[in-house]
Amino acid sequence: MDVDIVNAAVLLANFVVVPAIAYGSQLALGALGITLVYGILRFANFSHGDLMAFGTMVAILATWQFQAWGIGLGLLPTALLALPVAIAGAVIAALAADRTVFRFYRVRRSAPMVLSIASVGVMFVLNGVVRVIVGPDDRSFSDGARYLINAREFKTLTGLSEGLSIRTSQVLTLALAVLAVAALFWFLRYTRAGKAMRAYSDNEDLALLSGVEPDRVVLLTWVIAAALAAIAGTLYGLDKSFQPFTYLQLLLPMFAAAIVGGIGQPLGAIAGGFLVAFSEIAITYPYKKFLHYVLPENLRPDGLVQLLSTDYKLSVSFAILVVVLLWRPAGLFRGRVL
Amino acid sequence: MSTNARAAFGFAVVAAALLAVGLGQSWSVSLAVLNLCLISAVMALGVNIQWGYAGLFNVGTMAFAALGGLAAVLVSQPPVHAAVAAGGVKLLAAGAAACLAAGLVWYPYRRLPRGAPRAVAVALAAAVGFFIVGVFFDPAVEAIEAVDPSTSGYLGGLGLPIVLSWAVGGLFAAGAAWAIGRVALGLRADYFAIATLGISEIVIAVLKNEDWLARGVKNVTGLDRPVPYEVDLQQAGWFVDLVRSLNGKTLAGLTEAEYAGMLRDLTVEASGIFVKLCYAGLFLAVLLVVLALSERALRSPWGRMMRAIRDNETAAEALGKDVYRRHMQVFVLGSAVIGVAGAMLVTLDGQFTPNSYNPLRFTFLIWVMVIVGGSGNNLGAVLGGFIVWISWIEAEPLALWTVDAVTAAMASDDPIRARLIEGAAHVRPILMGTILLLVMRFSPRGVIPETVGR
Repeated sequence: MDVDIVNAAVLLANFVVVPAIAYGSQLALGALGITLVYGILRFANFSHGDLMAFGTMVAILATWQFQAWGIGLGLLPTALLALPVAIAGAVIAALAADRTVFRFYRVRRSAPMVLSIASVGVMFVLNGVVRVIVGPDDRSFSDGARYLINAREFKTLTGLSEGLSIRTSQVLTLALAVLAVAALFWFLRYTRAGKAMRAYSDNEDLALLSGVEPDRVVLLTWVIAAALAAIAGTLYGLDKSFQPFTYLQLLLPMFAAAIVGGIGQPLGAIAGGFLVAFSEIAITYPYKKFLHYVLPENLRPDGLVQLLSTDYKLSVSFAILVVVLLWRPAGLFRGRVL
Repeated sequence: MSTNARAAFGFAVVAAALLAVGLGQSWSVSLAVLNLCLISAVMALGVNIQWGYAGLFNVGTMAFAALGGLAAVLVSQPPVHAAVAAGGVKLLAAGAAACLAAGLVWYPYRRLPRGAPRAVAVALAAAVGFFIVGVFFDPAVEAIEAVDPSTSGYLGGLGLPIVLSWAVGGLFAAGAAWAIGRVALGLRADYFAIATLGISEIVIAVLKNEDWLARGVKNVTGLDRPVPYEVDLQQAGWFVDLVRSLNGKTLAGLTEAEYAGMLRDLTVEASGIFVKLCYAGLFLAVLLVVLALSERALRSPWGRMMRAIRDNETAAEALGKDVYRRHMQVFVLGSAVIGVAGAMLVTLDGQFTPNSYNPLRFTFLIWVMVIVGGSGNNLGAVLGGFIVWISWIEAEPLALWTVDAVTAAMASDDPIRARLIEGAAHVRPILMGTILLLVMRFSPRGVIPETVGR
């Protein structure tokens, strides 16, 4: 019986907890970018998903180049080396979009809706550029050691009948996400520029009166959002695989995470990301085997005990979004103040 | 230029483009483009009713188009009697269970005061309801999908003429819009956009996965047609006579064998064109009806009220207008128009393929049409539909042609050339985004701006 409980726990860890932590970190990084743009530039940026795809594309191209040169990191994926290049690429793309598109409407103080529609135009262009450059197909660019802990080794090591496998990309995701988030919080809290950003988000006019330079704040916001997008996109691509269209579909869970957490609340975006990821995976996981371990023989179910089919993953993030909007419209963390 | 001159000029350019396609590629291609232009124009009118009249940022167009497509299947396909016999009653039972579950959730929600106990009770009721529905629903689905899964495995439709489905598609979309509006219309404009985006993805997910409804990703093909089939036309005496009389010059002075061969080729070509012309006539009729009704609504006191709400919600509310209900009205009406267009599209394709619905093509592209054409102007939305669809469809051949011309000097197996040709196929979104951004920047009111009526 005790072994069964341990087996059940390992099973759940393998299929729910570990994947959800990795996916949640990726969503959180993306949602952070969305929430920063939303809170400081004050519009819903529909091009964020494709900005992620763009950054990932740069990472893929750089990875191929490094591989061609024979430069690698051994057990770690080469993409880690390509990450700075990807960040630079995404930042350049975001700043170019701001210069050519968003600044015009910002200066004229257009309605947020106009900026959102303009972001749809940027989304189209980025989407096309990515597809022209790497094509619409699946691109795999992960190398190095695939597993940190292999399911079979885990079984022989522990003698359990359930295996636990942890992929390198999953550990890498968590580590990089923690680093990026720590750096972001330190920056927002302790540096002058970070404080200026928070002030600008809180009350634009007051911040301007206090000598905050708006152009600098906007520039920093794009740099941070694009860097986070590139990291999130590359990690997602390493963990799953890269396909331009999947990033468009990530837009909804990321928006859900940002709104659920409260617009302009970095902590909220992270909490939202994990909430969405855990609910998506926990609700679409079939619990049959788990219940077989935990329940006595006569209570064991025959069906899959899956609450929703995996294809309805998106509806989970959406349901969370609607419930939060109706029940607590400002989000879990009472948004709008950075 | 006055608005009328701009409209005339715009449509002249469109006509010239269609002529150029006809002469450069073929008349069949040109008519195919025209048909999709007409459908796109109806969809753009629907979005224009929502965005142009009332300022609703609905990013869920795709869902309403897909629901219209579903109507085409459910109305026109013959019923699968075996599946109905196997699972019909069970499915009805599941429906009854769903009603019961809804009641279970509704009762504590209405009866208990706001607070934690109500939240717990509602959540509990929802969980119990979910379980009850599952008990009835799963066996019903299993029974239906087990019936001849390779060819049917769904309930089929009513076996009625497919043209009826255009109206039904509008009703489906209107019903969905009402349900969505109940939840989403109270939200802030940007949250409303994100909510509709989410709902549209869910609708597509349902259509992809509920095989008992319309076969999901297995697709329904070979739908009924409102116009004659090419093969029948080629056999029909009157049609062959028509072709003969129209092509007197080409056919004159040929030997008997040449004559028969030439006549056969001409008949085959003409039958394709005839079918497309029939479709074009039907679609044009729908477009004109929708356009006339939209125009009347826009010029009526109701339209004036809508514009007032769009331009200043607070002021309109202070004057006693019920903003929520007017928004609901316009959301339902616009979605119905999109649903009609969705049903027409599936009719034209002759098949329902849930996988083909993606937000770029069915939501954001329609938005580009409205903004390029001129938000708030019905004729503008129609023109936008034409211009944007032609550019969308012709971008690929034009890009290929350009790449081919530029790289003609390179060896045919040059990897750079191969890469460029491969990439040329994907310039469409770039072109669309650029058009949208340029119009927004330099002509924010569109090609035919809104005229302020009194």
